[in-house]
Amino acid sequence: MAGQITPIVMPKWGLSMREGAVNAWLVEEGATIEVGMPILDVETDKLASAVEAADAGLLRRRIAQAGEVLPVKALLGVMAPIEVSDAEIDAYVAAYVVPAASEGEEEAGSIFQTLTVDGIGVRYARRGPETGTPVLFIHGFGGDLDNWLFNIDAAAERSPVIVFDLPGHGQSDVKLPGATLEALAAFVLHFLDALDVKTAHAVGHSLGGAIAAQMASDAPERIASIALISPAGFGADINAGYTEGFVAAQSRRELKPVLEQLFADPASVSRQMIDDLLKYKRMDGVEPLLAELGAALFKDGRQTARTVDALAASGKPVLVIWGRDDRVIPSAHAASAPAGATVKLLDGAGHMAMLEKAHEVNGAIREFVGG
Amino acid sequence: MARKISMKMAINEAIDQEMTRDPTVIMMGEDIVGGAGGEGEKDAWGGVLGVTKGLYAKHPDKLLDTPLSESAYIGAAIGAAASGMRPIAELMFIDFMGVCFDQIFNQAAKFRYMFGGKAETPVVIRAMVGAGFRAAAQHSQMLTPIFTHIPGLKVVCPSTPYDTKGLLIQSIRDNDPVIFCEHKNLYGFEGDVPEKSYTVPLGEANVPREGKDVTIVAYGLMAHRALEAADLLAKDGIEAEVIDLRTLSPLDMDTVLESVEKTGRLVCVDEANPRCNIATDVSAQVAMNAFGALKAQIEMVAPPHVPVPFSPVLEDLYIPSGAQIADAARRTLAKGKT
Amino acid sequence: MPDNNPFPLPKDELLDAYRRMRTIREFEERLHVDFARGDIPGFVHLYAGEEAAAVGIMKHLWDGDHIASTHRGHGHCIAKGVDVVAMMKEIYGKKGGACEGKGGSMHIADLSKGMMGANGILGAGAPLVCGAALAAKYRAKQKGGPSDVAISFVGDGASNQGTFLESLNLAAVWNLPAIFVVENNGYAESTARDYGTAVDSYVDRAAGFGLPGITVDGTDFFAVYEAAGEVIRRAREGGGPSLLECKMVRFHGHFEGDAQTYRAKGELEDIRANRDCLQRFTQAILGAKAVSEAELQAIDRDVLGLIERAVAEAKAAPPPDAADLTTDVYVRY
Repeated sequence: MAGQITPIVMPKWGLSMREGAVNAWLVEEGATIEVGMPILDVETDKLASAVEAADAGLLRRRIAQAGEVLPVKALLGVMAPIEVSDAEIDAYVAAYVVPAASEGEEEAGSIFQTLTVDGIGVRYARRGPETGTPVLFIHGFGGDLDNWLFNIDAAAERSPVIVFDLPGHGQSDVKLPGATLEALAAFVLHFLDALDVKTAHAVGHSLGGAIAAQMASDAPERIASIALISPAGFGADINAGYTEGFVAAQSRRELKPVLEQLFADPASVSRQMIDDLLKYKRMDGVEPLLAELGAALFKDGRQTARTVDALAASGKPVLVIWGRDDRVIPSAHAASAPAGATVKLLDGAGHMAMLEKAHEVNGAIREFVGG
Repeated sequence: MARKISMKMAINEAIDQEMTRDPTVIMMGEDIVGGAGGEGEKDAWGGVLGVTKGLYAKHPDKLLDTPLSESAYIGAAIGAAASGMRPIAELMFIDFMGVCFDQIFNQAAKFRYMFGGKAETPVVIRAMVGAGFRAAAQHSQMLTPIFTHIPGLKVVCPSTPYDTKGLLIQSIRDNDPVIFCEHKNLYGFEGDVPEKSYTVPLGEANVPREGKDVTIVAYGLMAHRALEAADLLAKDGIEAEVIDLRTLSPLDMDTVLESVEKTGRLVCVDEANPRCNIATDVSAQVAMNAFGALKAQIEMVAPPHVPVPFSPVLEDLYIPSGAQIADAARRTLAKGKT
Repeated sequence: MPDNNPFPLPKDELLDAYRRMRTIREFEERLHVDFARGDIPGFVHLYAGEEAAAVGIMKHLWDGDHIASTHRGHGHCIAKGVDVVAMMKEIYGKKGGACEGKGGSMHIADLSKGMMGANGILGAGAPLVCGAALAAKYRAKQKGGPSDVAISFVGDGASNQGTFLESLNLAAVWNLPAIFVVENNGYAESTARDYGTAVDSYVDRAAGFGLPGITVDGTDFFAVYEAAGEVIRRAREGGGPSLLECKMVRFHGHFEGDAQTYRAKGELEDIRANRDCLQRFTQAILGAKAVSEAELQAIDRDVLGLIERAVAEAKAAPPPDAADLTTDVYVRY
């Protein structure tokens, strides 16, 4: 009968997650679970998010308790039809063994690689199958590859995935190839050259979206399709309180309200997220680099470069996703999307839809890239 | 790229990177190179515990072994700082400050104020602190409160390799005199440290663990003991928030007060003797500024008011343990309002 | 009258030395009067009678050279070029003083002039000077040429401090461009020099630390000038530290208000009459006709005017604001 029992396990978000802390259950025992339904809140060292049900069923048992820190794939709960007895569930729980992490994943260090492109060391990782057109994720201003925490594995189920830190970001070298979209786009193309990638599906967020559009316009043969999340380059407005506040913030107290502008729900900003960003900003040279980039691309709350027209001219398939509550780049910019583009406006999401509404974003990208 | 290195190596790397970056950064101290003037190996020691080992080969002109003469060379570091250099002086054991205290508290600490804001003394005085080394009464003290009491001095006491490197780089770049306290029992403690240079600002506490039931404030080795206590408490379903002060002057009271507003209960932990220590200072400030938030009286965990004993049995009793801290947390949770 | 100058300094330098010594003398004598009147807060230690030492040494220095002074620091400050009006304001505890009124007589400093501060802690300047000399050595290594030097002043009393003795050793070990000047005015506060210092000769004490020592008559400007020239030149050229003892007299008590009952009967009258360094200097340069009476009188008038103006400005200057109480403890980011 155990075959009818479906486990709910600790998910693995991103490349380096090893464990998660259970914050709270969002459903009661006895509830009917549907696929995609948020069932409990889990916090990793990066972010707090809801675990969404991968399967449907009747929630019979909540195993994980709030406050517990559990490894990836640990048993969080059990679903089973009403016919399955409590004794059978007890036996299943007692017999459950957390599977060991797969080969080569023990050390986060081995997941990431470094490559020197145009004299700048770039941290990157590749996931997913060996063959197929890769999906290239390009993060935004001040971000890093962990912004794609909830999206990498979903995309990697069907396509090769490449994530990387832009120059001057994350753990790439603190150096810019130039403070223009052209220079950044050329750099990313050189990065693809170095990886021997001829063509990629580009997924860009915010500034990364503008870079992706620039790439499509400068080297259309290299870009198969473009998915953009709250992209820059669609209009003039941008929240200077965010872009300048992010550069200027010196302490947790200063940075927290700035980061809260990124999310529809300010509670998404964990102490760890703030600490990680402060650690990044406190590296020698990062602040002046961000200031230089910010001044060049969005001075005084105005974006200096418009990429959407060239993007339209490129004729590439375009997906545009925007959180309706985006307080950094207004979702109204989505109206400038090229004719024929798929446009999705998401409720309950701000500027970081790929983190806040991972399920929807992953679904939209799957559909877009797959189709 | 972050990798795991020891606190000792974090110190070494911070000094190395700052010496490379800034030609005015020099270092002086007893046996920081070792073997000076002898016929044997040069760089024989790299400090009594090998913290500066290897720096001499990279910066032969910038590391100066001194005679056993703390008054003179600590004063010299201060004088060099007041005339354009950015020296690091190693006092070896903080207990030795007894023979050079005037230079620290009457000279370095006073120059900026006493000279009407027209003097800078960018000196870092590094010293080992803390018990647990079987080093007895004159090599084991936690004298952070004495320095914290003096306006004009900044006092740092990190607990992790990451903080150590960032705080030391910040201390070297800081234009005030900094007493940089290194817990000798943490030298071997390893943690993630980026290879690149970075800073951690002075006056910002860290919160290595969040919780809603009780706030535990500690620093240095005691931050680790506090985390042990939090683990013990978690087994009983108690969520402790641990605050690692990191710098004692300036002191980040905002983080402490914010936490106490949330938890309503406070345990202050200090490896310094209990009278007029950091824990009493933090307690007093919480009592003055967040009395209404407190649900029970503040608990303090500190050694007894005795010198550090030699016998391992006695020394282990002297140093506050995770279990003692957890007990103190339980005491405050058992009392007062709910 | 170039032909009439038998001295190692040209005429304008002689007049400058006279001006500095006269300024110190007038500054101190004026403080003596004003302190007794109750115009000045705290306590002051006057340098009158010792001017030849400060000026004879400082005539060899430039702004890049550092000095660390003592509690009796006004003379060193003036000789090193610290602004006299700012000094007076400081002594009156006023805004615009050399230390914005936060230091007072015992802590006047001007780092831009290489003056690292008068110091209320006896002997504390010696280690600081080792550091300033070390910094000078690094600078000299980078830019080449003669090194800046650093000079520590102590009285005969502080010459027994551990800091001073340790510094002699450290400076010798590191071969620093440092000079340690012992201003031996015969008294450590009220205690006779010979009571508190077992060794008769500071030259012997220097030898015990492996550095050369010279003793000069500190009331003889030219003797000080010559000896200082030698030790400073050696230090500039990399020859290492030296000790210079200046045997001198102080005209006033340890601090103002000290009745000096510990002195022998007639001692004060004798030193004022026979061991006044300024008088000796004046007589020497006038006697040799290197300068004229009129030239000195003109300087005297200037100096009196300057002191008068300094006192007037100090009295008129506003006190520090209440807000100044808490500023400049730490660097402002």
